[in-house]
Amino acid sequence: MHDKTLTELAASLAAGEFSSRELTESLLARIDRLDGEFNSFITVTAEQALSAADAADAARARGEAGPLNGVPLALKDIFCTTGVKTSAGSRMLDNFVAPYDATVVEKLKAAGTVSLGKTNMDEFAMGSSNENSFYGPVKNPWDGGAVPGGSSGGSAAAVAAGLVPAAMGTDTGGSIRQPAAFCGITGLKPTYGRVSRYGIIAYASSLDQAGPMARTAADCAQLLGAIAGHDLRDSTSVARGVPDYTEELAAPLSGLKIGLPKEYFGEGLDPQVESAVGEAIRVYESLGATVREVSLPHTHYAIPAYYVIAPAEASSNLSRYDGVRFGHRCEAPTDLADLYTRSRAEGFGEEVKRRILMGTHTLSEGFFDAYYKKAQQVRRLIRQDFLDAFDEVDVLMGPASPTPAFDLGANKDPVSMYLQDIYTIAINLAGIPGISVPAGIVDGRPVGLQILGTHFAEARLLNVAHQFQQATDWHLRRPALAEESL
Amino acid sequence: MALEHADVLRAAHLARLGLNDDEAALYLDDLSRILAMVDQLQGLETEGVAPLAHPLETTQRLRADEVTEEDRREQFQRCAPAVEQGLYLVPRVVE
Repeated sequence: MHDKTLTELAASLAAGEFSSRELTESLLARIDRLDGEFNSFITVTAEQALSAADAADAARARGEAGPLNGVPLALKDIFCTTGVKTSAGSRMLDNFVAPYDATVVEKLKAAGTVSLGKTNMDEFAMGSSNENSFYGPVKNPWDGGAVPGGSSGGSAAAVAAGLVPAAMGTDTGGSIRQPAAFCGITGLKPTYGRVSRYGIIAYASSLDQAGPMARTAADCAQLLGAIAGHDLRDSTSVARGVPDYTEELAAPLSGLKIGLPKEYFGEGLDPQVESAVGEAIRVYESLGATVREVSLPHTHYAIPAYYVIAPAEASSNLSRYDGVRFGHRCEAPTDLADLYTRSRAEGFGEEVKRRILMGTHTLSEGFFDAYYKKAQQVRRLIRQDFLDAFDEVDVLMGPASPTPAFDLGANKDPVSMYLQDIYTIAINLAGIPGISVPAGIVDGRPVGLQILGTHFAEARLLNVAHQFQQATDWHLRRPALAEESL
Repeated sequence: MALEHADVLRAAHLARLGLNDDEAALYLDDLSRILAMVDQLQGLETEGVAPLAHPLETTQRLRADEVTEEDRREQFQRCAPAVEQGLYLVPRVVE
């Protein structure tokens, strides 16, 4: 059962080939058997999963099953879940059980899906390798010496290892697309405001967005339909109808205009990744698309602008962790200042502290204009680059990451780690949607093709990704897990 | 703009983040390199460009001034480290 896509599993459940309980039991046993190696889950919620599966089976028996009824999945441990720990990968929230569900969680429950648990992540979603988790790093199922990417590394690894057919992630600078690329799965970051952020632990509020990670674009289309939509509890969610994202999947691509940003094929790009992406572009040409070069002239300012804006927002968002209302509290504080400073020093990890200090510094008196205001001006120029490009072409394509998954421990220096996100970060600054689809394997490690569209073009992106997956089989390749060859 | 040890300590104080001198020295090194990367922004002319705070440039939505949430204090305080009679406990502030 673990080899099937979410779409196939939904069809099998509907046809009565097996029950949601049987499927859930089988995947829970698989997690139990294999996840000791990958560390992709922080919390497995077997009991809740089985009762949700039973409820889904009962709903089906009553004739009340929607398309996702009884389908198992996992949630990045950044989505608040009633009665189940939500840690955000941090010691600070190791004792935190949220008193409410995130809107995404509420919607997935209403659709009849079955959550198997909460997946590992970089602490507070700050990282590109999942090495910044309080719960230890995640291993890439394709190669135990490689990172799974981050920050949604646990979600990506769990899907790649066949522990779940799909998982929810969040993406602030590439945290869905880069781990999807590194683990050989499909991951979609929707337009800013498309999916409610209510109940998602905040990192950088003007950039954060939740989205689906699964085997195929068709799977992501089903899931996006379930989680998207306006929410009164998130003032930045957009009041705009949610289309049926599966409807356009089959549309032919003849006449599709693809732009290749020349800045995404320059220095620093691994030649083997470049050649895999080139092959993918040729597939699109064979499907009737036309290709031309475009320019996003401010690309190289995206990482500097992001590392002002994101830490600034983070330093403000993370000021709520004070050891008073929830989260970690130090032992025997001598006074209020000691309570704050020691609780925060003990609760936060190194990268989180680095970004809090960075954000606090750039927002402080005397530095605000030079850093924060400047970065917001540059943000407008970066967004305009994309809007100009989409006047000329329908979608943009390029690599999701300059290299395949790097080795665990390879990027000790924070700046060299930050530079890995060169192809994903500008997309969050512009607020546009992007998807990564499997497009090759280099030395045993997957390569992701990133496809970008203008604001609210998710249906088009999913269509373009789906047509590629009808013509290729990269998304069906599975890592050879040592345990299974015994 | 070069960063100094005192800047790191000032940021740590503003952020209420406990940091000893050795840790501050390590962060000084890291933050200096991050700021050197960020300083590339200074080379770009942005005169007259309006800052962009929200990628869709929408403004904050308003709603009718009505009570829509019920009191859930007890539930919310269940995840607090120390409460008594509905109040959050902290070390004595006023002697």
